[in-house]
Amino acid sequence: MGVLVLLSLALITIYFRESPGGFLHRTQSGGATILRPFEVGANRVARPFEDVYGYFHGLAVARSENARLRVELERYRQLYGASASAIQQNVDLQKELHYYETAKYPEGYRPVFASVAGRPLSQFDQSIVVEAGKHQGVRLHDPVVASGSLVGEVTKVTSTMARVTLLTDAEIAVAAKDLTGAAGLIRHGQGSGDSLILDHVSKDQVVHKGDMVVTSGILAGRLRSLYPKNIPIGVVTSVGRSEIELYMSIQVSPFVDFSTLDSVAILVSRKPAPQLP
Amino acid sequence: MSRGADAAKSAVLLFVAAILQVAILDRILILHATPDLLLVTLVGVSLLRGSLFGATGGFFAGLVVDTADLGTLGLTSLVLTIAGYWIGRYGETTGRDRAHAPFLSVAVVTVLVALGQLVLHFMIGDHVSARLVLLDALAPGILLNLLLTPPVYGLCRRLFRPPAWAELGEVRLLG
Repeated sequence: MGVLVLLSLALITIYFRESPGGFLHRTQSGGATILRPFEVGANRVARPFEDVYGYFHGLAVARSENARLRVELERYRQLYGASASAIQQNVDLQKELHYYETAKYPEGYRPVFASVAGRPLSQFDQSIVVEAGKHQGVRLHDPVVASGSLVGEVTKVTSTMARVTLLTDAEIAVAAKDLTGAAGLIRHGQGSGDSLILDHVSKDQVVHKGDMVVTSGILAGRLRSLYPKNIPIGVVTSVGRSEIELYMSIQVSPFVDFSTLDSVAILVSRKPAPQLP
Repeated sequence: MSRGADAAKSAVLLFVAAILQVAILDRILILHATPDLLLVTLVGVSLLRGSLFGATGGFFAGLVVDTADLGTLGLTSLVLTIAGYWIGRYGETTGRDRAHAPFLSVAVVTVLVALGQLVLHFMIGDHVSARLVLLDALAPGILLNLLLTPPVYGLCRRLFRPPAWAELGEVRLLG
């Protein structure tokens, strides 16, 4: 047993210290490709059972979901009316000012659609493995969306697969803003579940329950990647102000159900990534 | 049954369990926890075939998981090697014939594996919520693994007939 323990420790140490192009990383990439057909086979066997469960689960929640969606539809209909004229005004003003922007979402990005191949143990890893890699143009730190909403970012990429760290991972923080203008950082809330918090929003900002939160597209502090502007993230579910806290306590419910992700779109920029001076 | 045939059977069984774990079970989240088929299978193999099978099976099954998940190579191997060895020793000494042994082993090893993984993730600098691992997910995780134990251990007993004490040449504790 001692030999195997030492071997494991050696593997961890070397893997941890070597570069992403190192021997163990390449071996792992090759191994993952070899294991892939077995995973696909297991998935195919399980698919009918998942479908049956999904069908009955869908029936069970359909009534409450229908009511919620009707309320949302009414709200977004009103928002659409208000924002359509603002968008046109914005376009006109940008033209007049010769305003320069980096790649805009979604026009400036090419989506690489990929199915979810695996999901590591959830208590330790809030990440998924997807079936697209360097061969499909995927790069490290590319943003990932599902149903038009932000899911996470690519944190490891091999030739045919990529690992996507989800927004619910403690290591991910995304510069985000409330549509009314309050800016902060989206990160995973304390405790379990998929809830997120919009952190670092000062108390003088105005945030309401039901506000939509989107990416702000700003690179700040320790953030590792530049997410494009205006990718929807979620909706504010509660706003709290405490005397002793510096910032507001804002809970955000993500649009994406991270536990049932089947496929995602990796956003590959059509323009080169901007470099900081 | 020869040790070679046992080794082949345990390799196939653990490989299938690892693939099922990665491809299907890791997607299932019940009360913040995921059923760990691989761990329960490893407990079955280790209890019935001892520490050598347990440690070796745990190491290679861990490698399969880390490879398929693109995780830190060796991390799951280390935890499962120790778990397999420990359960194997328990089976060799006192636990093999007792009806409660698989359930006790699964419950204890689920706790130890969660603790081990938590410590290792902290050591390599991952941000892991101890509250999520130890408070929210641990109790449901034990429950889910205990539910998996009867069918999985039953299958293991069919595949690996418990050896007669005379074959092992071991001292049996009476009473």
